[in-house]
Amino acid sequence: MTESIVVRNVSKRFTMRYHRTIKQITIAALRREQLSDSFLAVDDVSFTVEQGESIGLMGLNGSGKSTLLKLLNGVMYPDSGEVLTRGRIAGLIATGAGFHPQLTGRDNIFLNAAILGMSEAETRRKLDQIIDFADVGKFLDTPVGHYSSGMYARLGFSVAAHAESDIFLADEVLAVGDRPFKRKCMARMQEIRKEGRTMFYVSHSPGSVRKMCDRVLVLEKGKLGFDGPVDDGIHYLKYDADSDEDEAARRDDEIGADI
Amino acid sequence: MTAQIIDPSGLAEVPLAPPGRAGGLLDVFRRHYLLRLLVRKELAARYQGSFLGLLWSYVQPAVRFAMYYFVIGLVLNLHANVDNFGIHIFSAMVFVHYFTETFSSGTRSIVKNKALVRKMALPREMFPVASMLVSAYHTLPQGLILIVGCLISGWHPDWEGVGAGVLGFAIFGVFGMALALLFSAANVFFRDFQNIVQTLLIFTHWAVPMIYPFSKLSESSLGGTWVEQVYLANPIAPATLLVQRCFWAYSTQDPAKAIATDFPDHLFTRGLIVLAVCVVILGFAQWAFSKLERKFAERL
Repeated sequence: MTESIVVRNVSKRFTMRYHRTIKQITIAALRREQLSDSFLAVDDVSFTVEQGESIGLMGLNGSGKSTLLKLLNGVMYPDSGEVLTRGRIAGLIATGAGFHPQLTGRDNIFLNAAILGMSEAETRRKLDQIIDFADVGKFLDTPVGHYSSGMYARLGFSVAAHAESDIFLADEVLAVGDRPFKRKCMARMQEIRKEGRTMFYVSHSPGSVRKMCDRVLVLEKGKLGFDGPVDDGIHYLKYDADSDEDEAARRDDEIGADI
Repeated sequence: MTAQIIDPSGLAEVPLAPPGRAGGLLDVFRRHYLLRLLVRKELAARYQGSFLGLLWSYVQPAVRFAMYYFVIGLVLNLHANVDNFGIHIFSAMVFVHYFTETFSSGTRSIVKNKALVRKMALPREMFPVASMLVSAYHTLPQGLILIVGCLISGWHPDWEGVGAGVLGFAIFGVFGMALALLFSAANVFFRDFQNIVQTLLIFTHWAVPMIYPFSKLSESSLGGTWVEQVYLANPIAPATLLVQRCFWAYSTQDPAKAIATDFPDHLFTRGLIVLAVCVVILGFAQWAFSKLERKFAERL
């Protein structure tokens, strides 16, 4: 097997700035308040992913999932440790791709595909599939700034899911989609998995993680709390207990309702 | 991102590498298709929802030109002393405009594109470079107007003149790019920088021999002093002189006289040294940019 993602002792620290203007800083200094504070969003995380593995990344809000994804796709750099990946990466960060609000849906497809490393010819070849899948109808040629959050997410997912990549990152993709679209997404992600690409799937839904992944990573306040089989990971997070209590939650579970 | 292999079986030959690894400006030109899309996007976005659209990039320079011509040329009567004063102003203005546009829109470029910078891995140098190309696109027709104006007033450049023009243009381009890179990165951390740039740009029209000929300075009490040297050490001053050497000098009645009185000695040597210094500054800007770039996503 080939290693697809190698993460070694990676940490990422964020600085929170309380006071930004010179006036605020002066006042804070006079009052002897703290000027800034920092926290570790990702704290000494190490793991290795083989090509073709499908990883479910779980954890509570603010546990560093999106930050880890940003480190993986190269938008952010680790403060210490190293992240290595093999091949092209495509995916969604925080329920959407980077779209330019002033550009139309169509233009954004081309721009996004180009950023993901696709040529013009490749994009044209895939254009119909992408448009079909996103299903934004007549809005395709209006600026994405006017899109509903659902349409925005659909277009983002569609571009990323059809881009030719070796690693697919999906961050809470199903959070804003409606039920038919969620189904379509799950089916498409299964296809991606079968093509032998590496998948990194962030979700709060035990049902969809069970269906989609062969391994679970759980982040807890930036630390890697668990790395292992899916059911054990869900149990570790105590997400399996919740769904027994709540009938509605269990029903949503099957399709994978991300919260 | 450089890997082309999609077939999982062939992937083993692609090396493991840090994602989004940036090759700086070189990457920008390697991925020219993406650059082209960004330039097109920028052009579409700049005048979105405006009726006159691209025409606006002519209104401002035209008004400024008219003002200078009226006040400096007619009221202060430089018109009588300087042959072809209109071309003297306009030739400098076209290129200085290109420079200021590159500098100011380049400075804002990263912050303006934060939607992309925060989520997508691409060489971030793309944005200032795209701003420079957009500025060039807007300046090009003004350049054509300049050439037509020069031809009407009997422009007949020799190779030395053409060389001066190319050298001057290169200084504007390299220096503008270096400043755009440096300030676009700094602007991510403190938005003060876009105001600093606007303040700096107030000087540009006065700190170059545009609305007055160089002889006004060299023949004044400042001529030959260190002030003159400082004045000429500002890269855009010799760059302006070089483009005027190309366009204005050869459209006057007596180019030899204009070259002798209204240009400093050793103009070409100065130009080459300034260009070399600008290339070094560009190298420094690229180095600083790649240091600062690592924090863009979290600071936007």
